[in-house]
Amino acid sequence: MLAAGILGSTASSLNWAGRSGAGAVVTKSFGLNPNKGYANPTTVEVTGGVINAIGLSNPGVENFKTELEKLNKSVPAIASLYGANPEEFSEIATRVEDLVDALELNVSCPHAMGGCGSAIGQDPELTREIVQSVKKSVKIPVFVKLTPNVTDIVEIARSAEDVGADALTMINSLGPGMRIDIETGNPILNNKFGGLSGPAVKPIAIRCIYEVYDSVDIPIIGVGGIRNYEDVIEFLYAGASCIQIGTSIMYEGMDIFGKILTGLERFMDDKGYGSVNGMVGIAHK
Amino acid sequence: MQVPKVVEIKRIEEESPTVKTFIFDWKVDSEKPGQFMMVWNFEDEKPMSLSLIDNVKNEIGISIRSVGVFTEQIHKLQIGDKLGLRGPYGRGFDISGIKVLAVGGGIGMAPIVAYSEEASKMGVEVHIVSAASTMDELLFSDRIKRSGAKLLTCTDDGTHGYCGYGTDLAEKALSEENYDMVVSCGPEIMMEKLFNMVEKYEISSQFSLERYMKCGLGLCGQCCVDDQGWRVCVEGPVFWQDELRMITEFGKYKRDSSGQKHKI
Repeated sequence: MLAAGILGSTASSLNWAGRSGAGAVVTKSFGLNPNKGYANPTTVEVTGGVINAIGLSNPGVENFKTELEKLNKSVPAIASLYGANPEEFSEIATRVEDLVDALELNVSCPHAMGGCGSAIGQDPELTREIVQSVKKSVKIPVFVKLTPNVTDIVEIARSAEDVGADALTMINSLGPGMRIDIETGNPILNNKFGGLSGPAVKPIAIRCIYEVYDSVDIPIIGVGGIRNYEDVIEFLYAGASCIQIGTSIMYEGMDIFGKILTGLERFMDDKGYGSVNGMVGIAHK
Repeated sequence: MQVPKVVEIKRIEEESPTVKTFIFDWKVDSEKPGQFMMVWNFEDEKPMSLSLIDNVKNEIGISIRSVGVFTEQIHKLQIGDKLGLRGPYGRGFDISGIKVLAVGGGIGMAPIVAYSEEASKMGVEVHIVSAASTMDELLFSDRIKRSGAKLLTCTDDGTHGYCGYGTDLAEKALSEENYDMVVSCGPEIMMEKLFNMVEKYEISSQFSLERYMKCGLGLCGQCCVDDQGWRVCVEGPVFWQDELRMITEFGKYKRDSSGQKHKI
């Protein structure tokens, strides 16, 4: 799948990811009202990835619906939503339910404003209320994207599962982190801090998934620094049933989906795996 | 590593009452006319075309028209002041053809002058249509003449050269001469008109597009164009006319920093 927040702010770029081999696409997160996000610089490269503070920029649910209507539906589409409270999440979910195949609740953005993002996903009770509210409002599957920036990710995962989450997406970006220009002493990001994504976060994603896999029965969607098919295999072995790709598009371009599929199929042939299902959770012996 | 490199302003050229060129020492490697830099003034960061690429002196220049908070702040800077630059990004102009018509409107002349110098050096015969509102705003005329390119000017108010639009002057040139390539950068309304004209004349062409940008790295999706989803920061900003035919929003609308559409 194409991960949330990478391209994905238009139907055109989502359709492009579908054409390029993504098995499903997740939109960039959107909220109730238009949001310009933070001023630039919003992204800067660091060793092993990027840090970003885009600030959940989006045109608001009503404008975004016109994009969702233009999806060519060649692959399933998942809408990533953000909000500050259960009512807001449910309101947005209801408005887009007919246009997408599933929802992914962004309760984990590390650079969100106004009580959105990881302010929610670090609180098991608030997470529970939001998931419960959205589950009551819509019939399509609801995924919950978790932040790794918690003391006990298992606790949050369980609270989402308890109230009916259909899957967990793990993990959102890490941190936040920071980068300072050494010539002038200026923090480079306008927001100073930004979420870390890319290959550097992969070991943390693998550990989070490994921990949660033992404690929940719902599927896990793995995301965090995947750049090649070997990375995908690690995620599957840790317990993810499918994976998302984001930041590595910067290194590999849109060809990354096709390249990973080719590599994975070859590996499965060599090892005699008939399906991905047989590979999920192999590290748990 | 895609991180701003902080550099001192080496020289400043006053190009017109509203446009200044800022020149920096820069190890020129693969920089091409039509590519852009992300320019950081320690408050904001925006994409700016390279208007000067000198691989002998190892200098690059960016030309900025003062139109808002960001550009006004940069216009106040002096020699020795610092800016952060990262890039070059995107796909520049392909330098090919025997006789090329290059059409630039307003600050869109920035990549066109860099193109004119590079293409002329490579033996291409370049004719430039330089369009501006008034005589004082005609940009880079001396550099264009020095590059060996033929300069055709036009102004909206008729204070210099042809009185009227750049597209009218371009149409005249297209009907009189045999060009095998057209390149352009300028207001999208102008480029759309030129695109339709060039389709009629069946000449290869390249156009440089501008869209709101955030990351410049091909990740955020802010500059993706309908219907193909291409990223102006990676697949563009220069597009060939066969690609432009598939960019359905060309000449119609563009998106702002929140992703809301605005009519062009």
